Amino acid sequence: MIPLQQVLLLSGVLFSVAVAGIFLNRKNVILLLMCVELLLLAVNFNFVAFSRQLGDLHGQVFVFFIMTVAAAESAIGLAILVVLFRQRKSINVDQLDTMKG
Amino acid sequence: MSFTEILFYVFSAVLVVSAIGMITARNPVHAALFLVFAFFNSAVIWLLLEAEFLAIVLVLVYVGAVMVLFLFVVMMLDINVAQMRAGFTRFAPLGLVIALIVVGEIGSVVWVKTLGVTTSAAPASAAAGYSNTRALGELIYTQYLYPLELAAVILLVAIVAAIVLTMRKRTGQRTQDINAQVAVRAKDRVRIVKVAATKEQA
Repeated sequence: MIPLQQVLLLSGVLFSVAVAGIFLNRKNVILLLMCVELLLLAVNFNFVAFSRQLGDLHGQVFVFFIMTVAAAESAIGLAILVVLFRQRKSINVDQLDTMKG
Repeated sequence: MSFTEILFYVFSAVLVVSAIGMITARNPVHAALFLVFAFFNSAVIWLLLEAEFLAIVLVLVYVGAVMVLFLFVVMMLDINVAQMRAGFTRFAPLGLVIALIVVGEIGSVVWVKTLGVTTSAAPASAAAGYSNTRALGELIYTQYLYPLELAAVILLVAIVAAIVLTMRKRTGQRTQDINAQVAVRAKDRVRIVKVAATKEQA
């Protein structure tokens, strides 16, 4: 049987790989969105592992809702990305300085 | 070490390698495919953790819908890969340091929790007739009914938002106007002209 610690460690490694990916690919918006998906996957791993360890299904229900919200988020994010590309002909984060933030 | 554990380690290794492949891929299409592979491996690990329904949902929703959407957008946009890669090596040490710090923090927390604590024994697997989908369904459709409806509304909002954002009126395009075609009358199209008869010139 799989111990809880191994799953938590896997989730932590996955999370940090995704965080590193956000730093590495900070120019490409598409890869940033993919890294966010990976972050959410790592978080879901924790929920599933604890749900199994504690014998409590509520954790899996939470994963279900996280997946719903993540799907909605990526759909809207990609739609915004398409509109952005249509206007600027580029998805480079460095060039997105219209708002002078 | 049981067979389940060996499977878990193998799939975890492949999962981490494919995640690293995703963040370092040169081509965004390759990155998306690496992410698909990572999702498949995660689904297998969730099966091993006895979350069968979520494993199937991960494959259906993420691999089947979300990643296809990503691939569509990646292929639709004309991305200058070389320009995107500029500065990659400059940020690589920073990313590595951040990753190691996060691994160290999470690992130390997990490790401290194992010291002298006996709660780390893995639970027994479920009985033979147990259905994860059925149990989850009973929970979602009773106790979590209102959150489920809210999730449905969120998806509806996402649909409407995505369509409204990406829809545009294009000018100079020839399209078929069904209304105009049906509503047309004969006198709009045919003009009857009375022409006086003329004698043939000899």
